[in-house]
Amino acid sequence: MAEEQFQFTAKAKKILSILAIVGVVLLGLGIFTASNTDHHATIDDPDATMHNAPIVVDDLEDAHATEDIDQDHFGEPEHAEEAHGDGHATWLKRIFANLWINNMYFLGIALLGVFFVAIQYVSQAGWSASLIRIPLAFGSYLPIAGILTLIIFLVGGHDIFHWTHSYLMDPNDPRYDEIIAGKEAYLNTPFFIARMIVYFVGWYIIFRFIRKRSLEEDINGGNNYFFKLRGISAVFIVFFAVTSSTSAWDWILSIDTHWFSTMFGWYVFASWWVTALAAITLITVILKENGYLKIVTTGVLHDLGKFVFAFSIFWTYIWFSQFMLIYYSNIPEETVYFIERLSSDHYSTVFFVNLILNFFFPFLVFMPRDSKRHTVFLKIVTIIVLIGHWFDFYLMITPAVLAENGGFGLLEIGMAMIFGVGFLFVALTSLAKHPLVAKNHPMLEESKHHHVF
Amino acid sequence: MESGKNFVVGIFDDESILLSAIKKIRGNDVKIHECYTPYPVHGLDDELGYKRSRISIAAFVFGLTGTSLAFLMMIYMMGIDWPMIIGGKDHIAIPSFIPVAFEVTVLLAALGMVATFFVISNLKPYGKPVTFDIRSTDDKHVMAIDLAKNSKNTKELSTLLMESGASEVNEKSFN
Repeated sequence: MAEEQFQFTAKAKKILSILAIVGVVLLGLGIFTASNTDHHATIDDPDATMHNAPIVVDDLEDAHATEDIDQDHFGEPEHAEEAHGDGHATWLKRIFANLWINNMYFLGIALLGVFFVAIQYVSQAGWSASLIRIPLAFGSYLPIAGILTLIIFLVGGHDIFHWTHSYLMDPNDPRYDEIIAGKEAYLNTPFFIARMIVYFVGWYIIFRFIRKRSLEEDINGGNNYFFKLRGISAVFIVFFAVTSSTSAWDWILSIDTHWFSTMFGWYVFASWWVTALAAITLITVILKENGYLKIVTTGVLHDLGKFVFAFSIFWTYIWFSQFMLIYYSNIPEETVYFIERLSSDHYSTVFFVNLILNFFFPFLVFMPRDSKRHTVFLKIVTIIVLIGHWFDFYLMITPAVLAENGGFGLLEIGMAMIFGVGFLFVALTSLAKHPLVAKNHPMLEESKHHHVF
Repeated sequence: MESGKNFVVGIFDDESILLSAIKKIRGNDVKIHECYTPYPVHGLDDELGYKRSRISIAAFVFGLTGTSLAFLMMIYMMGIDWPMIIGGKDHIAIPSFIPVAFEVTVLLAALGMVATFFVISNLKPYGKPVTFDIRSTDDKHVMAIDLAKNSKNTKELSTLLMESGASEVNEKSFN
């Protein structure tokens, strides 16, 4: 079989560059509007009009007074969400929040791409052998995600993570927070950074092993590589099983420091997983439409569609399980999360849009068999799911960081575009470096004839 | 299904012979009544020219019936017939109805599909089982051709079946 090689053409690079420039322009405009409206009324957010004064320390506290009502029963009514000294302006916090949303979102695609590869090897799946290089290429984004996570945490950590303030842990400080102080053993900056490094180094090393073996298999062939890959993949899955949950607690759950949910690790995993599946499907379909990957049968696309369909339902199941338990038991410490997201018009719109885009749309459109076999439907649904899950991360992070000052505008769109282009650039460059099809994969023949009803 | 009474039955030893035989026989404008194999044969339904089963549509309709019934039941019971306050929620608290609605949806979809399948496969309690050759449950592949639906006579069909690779050809009549 002739070796198929993906060409990351100048034209594709040009399109991506244009998108990046558009993203930068939108981001610039967004920051300009946001920093201006900081002093006046926010266009994006009618709730903020109440606090239309320049940012002074007292005002910031005032802005968070409403939120503090929820925390009154912790016996610390004076607890302030922001540091007095280092509370940045809203627009700057909004940039940090957006950096964090996009960082988490694209990190998820990269990480779960590797997870997809690992799952295929561990389960000895044959159907996916023809497209295994696409999710594998996603993994190349992992080191960049790691560096970005560290930098954003070091620069914007205080604005994103309330628990990073040391005065919360000091019983003599008036701002002492008993609840957060109780979590100090886990939520402290050195341990947090150490964990971050362990996750990224672990993920990246295993990814490098998988990639190396897979590329060696191309040259030497033989079943031996397959068994080696199966072993490495099993190690990855065990490591991932623990770290996917703990990283979700660290990076997303801990933003709402007082609140916790035992479902959260799974919730973030579910969201990441659907996103990655949608990204794999979309890129496969687009490559196929551009004349690559003729080896990928309609049956394989059908199975990818089923994957997106099934895990959209799985995500909804996890979402609902988390919501229902909190709704039913109605305990103030727990309901605060949903009150935060349902009490303002802005967030409650996103809240329901999230459900429509991520559940009702893929559920109803992907239910008939034929829609999973036609590239048009595959493209529409995966793009909607990708957008929908971006909003899912938006909803996890923004209300916790910005409270009622959050908005959605050019800033969000621009930042997402820049990250998206960056991710695609890295993934496609990596994809162009090695053959597009793992030609000595022992299951390739099965994938070639994959046929589903 | 039970349109005719007289059938010509070809017995095949191997699935690949059966598949090529189907192609040849259908190419001779002969309508095949049905094939019986000891295990699922890949591509058999394509060769026989079967359209995709519509059972998924039935499943959707049954499921939708389940969802509506469950909601109607709970709204009637909890909101109208005997309103109760549970956990300080409204009488009709939709989020707490969703698990039950989901379960009833799955139940009705599953039972409905099984019932539909039984009826269309002639497995209904009063139906008579149609057995062309009992060896189709063991190691033989059986092809039945309905004489009433084909212009060819028994002899022509037998020759055609033998030429296509059948190991034996029998006649079968139902009363």
